[in-house]
Amino acid sequence: MIVFEYIAEILFYGFMILTFMGGFMAVRSKLLMHAVLGLAVSLFGVAGLYFFLGSPFLAMMQVLIYVGAVCIMIVMGVMLGSTPDQLATKNFSGQNLLLAILACSTGFIALFVAIGQTKFAPAAQRVGDMSIRFVGENLLFKYCLAFELISVVLLTAIIGAIILARGGREEKAS
Amino acid sequence: METLHSILPELIRIVICAIGGAVIVFGNALVMGYAERKLAGHIMLRPGPMEVGWHGILQLVVDGIKLMGKQLVVPKQADKPLYMLAPILAFAPVFAPLLLIPFSDKLQGFDIDVGMLVILAFASINVLAILIGGWSSNNKYSLFGAFRSVAQNVAYEIPMLISLLAVVFMTNTFSLREIAAAQSPVWFVLLQPLAFLIYIVAMVAETNRAPFDLPEAESELTAGFHTEYSGMSFSLFVLGEYANMFIVCSVATVFFLGGSSGIPLPYFEYTGALWFLLKVYALMFFLVWIRWTYPRTRFDQLMNFCWKYLIPFSLVNLLITVVVVKLI
Repeated sequence: MIVFEYIAEILFYGFMILTFMGGFMAVRSKLLMHAVLGLAVSLFGVAGLYFFLGSPFLAMMQVLIYVGAVCIMIVMGVMLGSTPDQLATKNFSGQNLLLAILACSTGFIALFVAIGQTKFAPAAQRVGDMSIRFVGENLLFKYCLAFELISVVLLTAIIGAIILARGGREEKAS
Repeated sequence: METLHSILPELIRIVICAIGGAVIVFGNALVMGYAERKLAGHIMLRPGPMEVGWHGILQLVVDGIKLMGKQLVVPKQADKPLYMLAPILAFAPVFAPLLLIPFSDKLQGFDIDVGMLVILAFASINVLAILIGGWSSNNKYSLFGAFRSVAQNVAYEIPMLISLLAVVFMTNTFSLREIAAAQSPVWFVLLQPLAFLIYIVAMVAETNRAPFDLPEAESELTAGFHTEYSGMSFSLFVLGEYANMFIVCSVATVFFLGGSSGIPLPYFEYTGALWFLLKVYALMFFLVWIRWTYPRTRFDQLMNFCWKYLIPFSLVNLLITVVVVKLI
């Protein structure tokens, strides 16, 4: 059984490297296409980590949802006028740079505080088996409010998209 | 030594599963490649391939050797790493779902409790491969084909998932083996006829086959996303397509056509696979049949059909299923 533990260890570090490499690619690539594909690689790494943590359900949902999401992001990116030789570097200057730093540091601090306050239990004391039943019951009973709030965020995004699209159309008509 | 002894059965099992998967992928491509050309020929009142071997039976072997010998052309302005990656990405993910398909009670690589999701997740990677291939070719036709593929696959994934969910609600499990076993008296195609119809339509669209083969519509887009591909990189796309056909037909068999159930043969735990393959290839024949019978749809018709009819109907079907399951 020792062999399986070694394999698991190797897989864990493999997924970690995949996640960080993908993230680095997403931030540093000069082409939009490469950046979004870096994001896909990173999300695959995260899916692998979910699998490693014993929840194949979450891992598979991650792949299923984000493959479609990444594809749509690429299509949107290409349609918004990104030619292959257009560089992304000019986005990182002036006001954009300030906003980017602000957004990133907010996210970093929020995550840092949240992670710092969490007490991590060793794998042996993990409650529940992270199966579909466990995830479903927790989402719909214990974390019901968070679940509903996430759907409000999605609703806002949908309404925003509709308003943007309608605005464009009416301008053309007038 | 003892550790090796304990993992050896599992290792042998993994190797056998991998070999079995490869045999299915290549064997299926050979059979379907020949059957498709022959059937297409007979549907159009011409004989199809006749020259190589008896009734052209060796045609696909010869074609395979020809394709392997061909030069791999990379367009000058293409994004080379992505251009080479795309066919591999289209072909490699088909092996994972094959390990999970329950060919019969005992002929299954692995049975995990989220089998259905694994299959759908790995099948959805195909569209990313098509998009990467179409974009990196740096050709307008390829790009249009790739865009159509994304719009089509993302849309048709929804009714496909929802129609399968209706069956999942009836069986309370995602495990393919348990779903196949749950329909021992009555197949789900009789209990869920609407879900079956929706799945069949979505299945044709998901595998990018005519009448929904808009991503490679040769009369408008030359050859769509694989315009620039030649030789083996083109054949990897085709192998991936045939393997995906096999996978979606297997899922239809498991969910609606009773898996490996049929008239019992001796050693049914293993020979049930014959019934399973019979059902899968009957569905594949259906796919080929409609491909060569119906003309291609227009793209707006395709998208309207999905968003305005298939998704509402599948949602209603799911709702009725939930209510009925709750009441019984």
